[in-house]
Amino acid sequence: MLKIKNLHASVADKSILRGINLEIKPGEVHAIMGPNGSGKSTLASVIAGKEDYEVTDGEIFFEGEDINEFAPEERAHKGVFLSFQYPVEIPGVSVTNFMKTAINETRKAKGLEDMPAKDMLKLIREKAELLEIDRKFLSRSLNEGFSGGEKKRNEIFQMAMLEPKLAILDETDSGLDIDALRIVANGVNKLKNKDNAVLLITHYQRLLDYIVPDYVHVLYKGKIVKSGTKELAHELEAKGYDWIKEEVNI
Amino acid sequence: MNKYTEDDLREELKTKEYEYGFYTDIESDTFPNGLNEDIVKAISIKKEEPQWMTDWRLEAFRTWKEMTEPDWANVNYKKPDFQGISYYSAPNKKPKYNSLDEVDPELLETFKKLGISLDEQKKLSGVAMDVVVDSVSVATTFKKTLGEKGIIFMSISEAIKEHPELVRKYIGTVVPQKDNFYAALNSAVFSDGSFCYIPKGVRCPMELSTYFRINQAGTGQFERTLVIADEGSYVSYLEGCTAPSRDENQLHAAVVELIALNDAEIKYSTVQNWYPGNAEGKGGVYNFVTKRGLCETNAKISWTQVETGSAVTWKYPSCILKGDNSVGEFYSIAVTNNFQQADTGTKMIHLGKNTKSTIISKGISAGKSQNSYRGLVKISPNADNARNFSQCDSLLMGNECGAHTFPYIEAKNKTARIEHEATTSKIGEDQIFYCNQRGINTEKAIALIVNGFSKDVLNKLPMEFAVEAQKLLEISLEGSVG
Repeated sequence: MLKIKNLHASVADKSILRGINLEIKPGEVHAIMGPNGSGKSTLASVIAGKEDYEVTDGEIFFEGEDINEFAPEERAHKGVFLSFQYPVEIPGVSVTNFMKTAINETRKAKGLEDMPAKDMLKLIREKAELLEIDRKFLSRSLNEGFSGGEKKRNEIFQMAMLEPKLAILDETDSGLDIDALRIVANGVNKLKNKDNAVLLITHYQRLLDYIVPDYVHVLYKGKIVKSGTKELAHELEAKGYDWIKEEVNI
Repeated sequence: MNKYTEDDLREELKTKEYEYGFYTDIESDTFPNGLNEDIVKAISIKKEEPQWMTDWRLEAFRTWKEMTEPDWANVNYKKPDFQGISYYSAPNKKPKYNSLDEVDPELLETFKKLGISLDEQKKLSGVAMDVVVDSVSVATTFKKTLGEKGIIFMSISEAIKEHPELVRKYIGTVVPQKDNFYAALNSAVFSDGSFCYIPKGVRCPMELSTYFRINQAGTGQFERTLVIADEGSYVSYLEGCTAPSRDENQLHAAVVELIALNDAEIKYSTVQNWYPGNAEGKGGVYNFVTKRGLCETNAKISWTQVETGSAVTWKYPSCILKGDNSVGEFYSIAVTNNFQQADTGTKMIHLGKNTKSTIISKGISAGKSQNSYRGLVKISPNADNARNFSQCDSLLMGNECGAHTFPYIEAKNKTARIEHEATTSKIGEDQIFYCNQRGINTEKAIALIVNGFSKDVLNKLPMEFAVEAQKLLEISLEGSVG
């Protein structure tokens, strides 16, 4: 589904990603871990197509298509979803209205008519239930005055609505208390199936107790320096990142 | 004996032409450029006005001659040459129509292009319209329905003839002839406009709407609107403006007077999208408007405006809260793009006790435009327990535009409660990327963010107008983020 080859990227001439290779197949859950500043969030942004980042070398294939020249919205239409670490506020635009716009824009891109209001309402109700979201929440302005937990839950709600092929969750666990973490993780698990994939980006192993990855990769200084299974995450939790750094430097 | 030469003949003709000048001109569709007492008289004669109206115009003209154009607003433009403008023009044919089928198909075609097809409007929403095309009404609908309720809705020219007592009693009572330079000019030369009277206790059953349009080059428009809501009545009035693209600057100096008698309510909504000039700042309409309403006891006036057009806008719809417990509201969205300049806001003059006013202003600036909010809240010594709430928000797009806020407060009564809030924000790249990531392209993302920003005001518009206004916001900001 996603195939990244020798990806190099920089922002404002500062090189951040220095040769990433990664392949994610349908039905898989991958976790990317690593110390602060290793390039985790940059990787997420580059896959999503944020223009501030310049791809200086390498390729990103999504479903067999080189998406490097695609605008962020085109990638979204193809099924790439990014759950933001810091979701932005859009005052005056309700969660419902925002989702309606996002869904209908995606449908338009696929040559489909707007989703009938009745179906939209049904879908919203269904997904809100899945994520234990109060309906009142949906008429509030997007992320405005939301708590950290509400913002993250709202991200996963949007993911549920848009049903992406690849969901990238950037530090979704940060700022969540244990109850919120459980709800968010349950949501992700319920949405997971054999045709979609999840890329978790996290600093801590905590999230991985709830969403169990098939593969764990350690990102350090813009490169994947170690890959393994979920046991690697436990090892990192126990030993920290220093041993990886030492290994890499040898 | 002198020889009568061809030159003499030419000279004589010239003199004759001058002597009978305006009679000949009345026959033509457009008056010659320039402004003097004869032109003012000619307009009045052309419109078959009574003597008092002619005198009123002349009084205004004499006042205007002594006045100078104001320059305190935060706008820069080349002052119009008032002698270079024609002060009257009428469409070529002006028969009275009973149905749309009789209307010039070319005109209907233009309306369609502007998205304001009359038949659609007629069918859809029961909106009665008094269409002002280059100063003269050519179609009035729903007059009959309104007539049954005793509502008078017609062009002001007709009203001067048919209801002189009402016009004479109220015209100039809220915006006096000498109020300001442009109001004085308008009073002297106003070509047409709308008149509306709602009798005591009557709730007007439909939204009243007038579409203004400018379509002849070099013709200034001087509309005059007078709305009177008699005791206990209610009316919602919609005013929308569109003009085809034009290369030279056009002057528009309208006057709108609202009178809400005891317990009456007037809701006045405007969508203004006149030609703003091109992307290089060439051309566009100069919009210098005086709008003011007077509230008697327990009366309420709401101004709602969506201003997206014009090269230069100078406009402060105001409320004089004369009666006790009267309420004034001003809800505004002003969008400027490219080289547009807007200096707009309101004045809330609290004279009566327990008077209340609310001001919500949303300014959106893009391109190299300048957008100013200017508002006055005045509490007079007798206005016990007056309350005002003002909120002025500015949204910036890009780094080359400007947003300015000039709030003036004059409180002369200690019991007054005045609140003012102001914010300035910028559409962030993060917001755009967030929308993009959800499949929403940049153009649509901006529309979404702008609509969200303007929601408090859009919500105040009548339904069908709100939809039009939302579209307009999108169109006005197209291509404004690079």
